[in-house]
Parts: sequence; structure tokens; C-alpha cells
Amino acid sequence: MTRARFANSAMAARAFGIGSVVVALGVVELLIRAGLINRFIVPLPSEIAAAVPRIIAEENVLHRFWQTTQEILWASLMLAGIGIALGALLYRFRVLRLACETWVAAMAAAPIVLMYPLFLVIFGRSATTIVMMGFAAGLAPVILKTVEGLSGTRKVLIDVARSFRLNRSQQFWKVLLPAALPSVFVGLKLGLIFAMINIVGVEFLINFGGLGQLINELAERYDLPGTYGAICFVVAVSIVFFDLTERIERWLRPIQ
Amino acid sequence: MLEVNRISKRFTTSDGVIPAVDDISFAIAAGEFVSIIGPSGCGKSTLFNIIGGLVGDYEGQVKVSGDIIHGTHPAIGMVFQEESTFPWRTVLDNVAFPLEISGLATSERLERAQHFVSMVGLEGFERRYPAELSGGMRQRVALARTLASEPRILLMDEPFAALDEQTRLLLGDRVLQIQQQLRQTTLLITHNLTEAVQLSDRVLVMTYRPGKLKREIDIDLPHPRDSEVVSSDAFGRYVAEIWHDLREEASRGIRDDENRVLRARSDR
Ligand SMILES: Nc1ncnc2c1ncn2[C@@H]1O[C@H](COP(=O)(O)OP(=O)(O)O)[C@@H](O)[C@H]1O
Ligand SMILES: [Mg+2]
Repeated sequence: MTRARFANSAMAARAFGIGSVVVALGVVELLIRAGLINRFIVPLPSEIAAAVPRIIAEENVLHRFWQTTQEILWASLMLAGIGIALGALLYRFRVLRLACETWVAAMAAAPIVLMYPLFLVIFGRSATTIVMMGFAAGLAPVILKTVEGLSGTRKVLIDVARSFRLNRSQQFWKVLLPAALPSVFVGLKLGLIFAMINIVGVEFLINFGGLGQLINELAERYDLPGTYGAICFVVAVSIVFFDLTERIERWLRPIQ
Repeated sequence: MLEVNRISKRFTTSDGVIPAVDDISFAIAAGEFVSIIGPSGCGKSTLFNIIGGLVGDYEGQVKVSGDIIHGTHPAIGMVFQEESTFPWRTVLDNVAFPLEISGLATSERLERAQHFVSMVGLEGFERRYPAELSGGMRQRVALARTLASEPRILLMDEPFAALDEQTRLLLGDRVLQIQQQLRQTTLLITHNLTEAVQLSDRVLVMTYRPGKLKREIDIDLPHPRDSEVVSSDAFGRYVAEIWHDLREEASRGIRDDENRVLRARSDR
């Protein structure tokens, strides 16, 4: 496929994506107006759209958006730094891997959000608690996918490195890590999803910080269009982070 | 230049002990091009890895310029059988890899890498990634990358095994030209008769299990050669002569494979 045609089809895919969301919203709007969906549970999409400028003006939503973004940013930096490092340790030391891999996998399935009281005791009702919860929730997939990527490195690539007499650390930075990047990024993206869910969730639960807290407040006031409007901002945060992650991945590894 | 002295290596597996390499000795003079030919599974890659220093725990010695070596040695460059380019690096960055490791400044190493990219005939593809290249081009990248480290001894393990016959012949020409230019001591491992005769000054024939040297044949074809040589009578005679020796080994290898398959079925 030529580059121009590829760009065209990418654009078409994007247009189709946006189009299908618009159509889905239109269908919901019609179903609500027809009385098939209870409008006291799901507000009209048009009302939600109208609520967005209001929550921007009255509820300081842009500032909250920024707060949540910052929390997610810290959590993802920790995930990348600590998660990949722990994965590398597990790869390097077989014993450690045998000892830990199962419970790390179990941790991936655990409802970590239920541990928020413990985190509250340790870190107080603060942004730190929220960041740490997000980090803890996203850690397991980053570790597991890093180990998987590193151990999946083709043996011949390591042989090439050895034949050029790279030392252990050069082998890691120049061959193993780049070879593992696609898998590491799968882990990072999964970890990011878990982190974002938990960050907004904990904001909601402990009624502190950014968008999660706002959703909590608006829901208590039974301001449904406002609540859904705020949820739209949560979606926007995740789009921003996903896009950013993909850009970094493409920059580090242009062609797979 | 390169001396292999009574090398043996056994692998212990669930099927028993495999004598992969058994008491092999030979020497290669500086600038000489020697091929080792043998059926698949006879221990060629094992020998290659022992000489390159990637496999330890063997009997015997490997000597470079008279000194016994243990492990990898800067004078030895290796080109592997499997696809071995780094998919995350461009052609030029792949070739510059050993220079980067040795700490050469960026501009200088790219210039040197460019030289070797041209040598294997890949000008114009410097900014491409391996995924965009054909198998033959990727093997040339791997060859250029090893050449860039300027080894005095070049070891190649079936570098063109995965390529079609035409590509293989033309790449053979390229290798001969490069060897003429750099005068490198070269050990080529192959299972391909034409390739062995086309390229070598001397061919060593290996037996199948245990992997021993069976025979040594000097190839007295004129230099410089190119792939046209395959149509000469002398070429045909050399191929026939080597095949005569190899045939028995190859059929043993095939029979062994068949038996293994049969055994695997009856085990169940
Ligand atoms: N790491 C290993 N462990 C056990 N057996 C091996 C190992 N490497 C090679 N072998 C066995 O040794 C024999 C020779 O292998 P190899 O050197 O790869 O042969 P070739 O390169 O000539 O095809 C084969 O039968 C193979 O199964
Ligand atoms: Mg082999």
C-alpha cells in the first residue's frame, strides 16, 4: 500500500469511528425521546452537551481535568519506571520469577480499589493516595508483559550482542529492552487503563481531587446531565493518555 | 590464523547423549576461504558457536594466531543462520551497531557504516527498516554489520540458506568480491554443494552423528571467480565428488529423522 493510500484509509477509519459515535448518540437521543429509555436514568445527549459549558463555567471542570491528568501522569511515570524495572529484575533472576510471577498475575485480577482504606491510612486523604492506588492497580500487567517481552527476545539477537562482546548492561539497553518494547507497551497500555479507572474511582470514593470527586458531587445533587458531562471529560483524559502513549511508542519503535 | 584442535561437544538430552561434534581439527591460513559442508543436524552450528565463543563446555581448543581463546574474541566476526537484524534499527543503524558499541563518534560511525552498506550493495536503503526489506537484503545487512566490526576472521553459518538459488548465487558473487577486497580469513558453514564449491579454496566434509571431518577437498578453480563458474566442467566434477562423500551422510540424517518420527508415534 502506498503512503498516500494508507493515509487516506487511516482518515476514513477515523471518520468512521467518529461517525459511529455520533450515530450511537443520535439513536440514544431518539430512544429516550420515544420513551424507551427512562430519561431520569439516562439524560438526553443534547442535554449533556448543553451541560458541558455550564460545568466548565460553574464547576471549574478544566481545573479538575488538569488535577486528574496530573495524577494519571505521575502514576504512569511510576508504572513505566518501577514496573519495567521490576519486570527486568524478574527476568534477570529466575528464582525471583519462579517465586513471584504467580502472585503478580493474581494481583492483576485482584480488586485493588477495595484497598483504598489502607492507602488512606498510609498516605492520608491526598493526591498521593490517589496516585499510589492508580500505580498499584496498573503495576501487574506492566511487570508481566515486560517479563514476557524480555524472555521472548529471539536468541539469535542475544547471540549477535554476545558476538559483538556487549556486556550485560549493554545487552539489556541495546538489545533486550528494544526487542521487548512492543510487549512492554501492551503492558503499559493495560496498566494505564487500570490506573485511570482506579484514579477516577478513588477520587469518587474518597471525595477528593479531580473529576471523580466532581462526578460524586454532581450525582449527589442529582444533576444527571452535569454528571454525564463530567464523565465525558474522563473519557477525554483517557483519549489524551492513549494518544500520548501511542505517539511515544511510534517514536521509540517506528516500524515493528 | 584460525586453528581448531580436537574439538568435541556432546549434548545430553532426554533422548540420550548426542555427540554433536566429535574430535574435529583443522586450520585455516590467513586470507583463506574454507567451507564446511554437512547434512542438517550434523553439528555445523554447534561448531560455529564453539569457534565464535558462544558455546562453552567443550573439549579441545580454538586458537587465533596461535593463542588459545576462551569465549568471544574481537578478531572473530559472526554471521548467523537465522534472521538477525535488529528490527527497530534502520539499515544504517544496524550496520553502525558494532561501531556504536566501540564508542565511535556518531558522524564517524555513520560514515564507516555507509561504506559497508555500499559494499554489500544496499545504497539507497540506508533509512529503511528490516521489515521493509527482502530476506536476501536483510542477510546483506547482517553481513555488513559484522564486516563493520572489521574482524580478521569471518564466520558464517548458512547465511544464505533461506534464500532462493538465484539470489544465493548472486550474493555468493558479492561475498567473493568482498573477500577479494578485504582478504579476510573466512569460514563458511553450509549444506549447499554449489555454494561451497563456488566460494571456497577448500571444502571440509562433515559426517552425520558423530559430527566428524570425513574429507578435505581443495578447490582448484581460478580466481577471481564469479557465479559463471557453475557452468564449467571442473565445477561439475567438484560438486559430484563432494556429493559422493556427502550422500551417505545425508541419507543417514534422513533415516534418523524418519526413525525419530516413528518412535514419537509409538511412544504415545
Ligand atoms: N543446545 C542443544 N541441546 C541439545 N541438543 C542440541 C543443542 N544444540 C544442538 N543440538 C543437537 O546437536 C545436533 C547438531 O545440531 P546443529 O549443530 O544445530 O546441526 P546443524 O547446524 O549441522 O544442522 C542436532 O542433532 C541437535 O539436535
Ligand atoms: Mg545449523
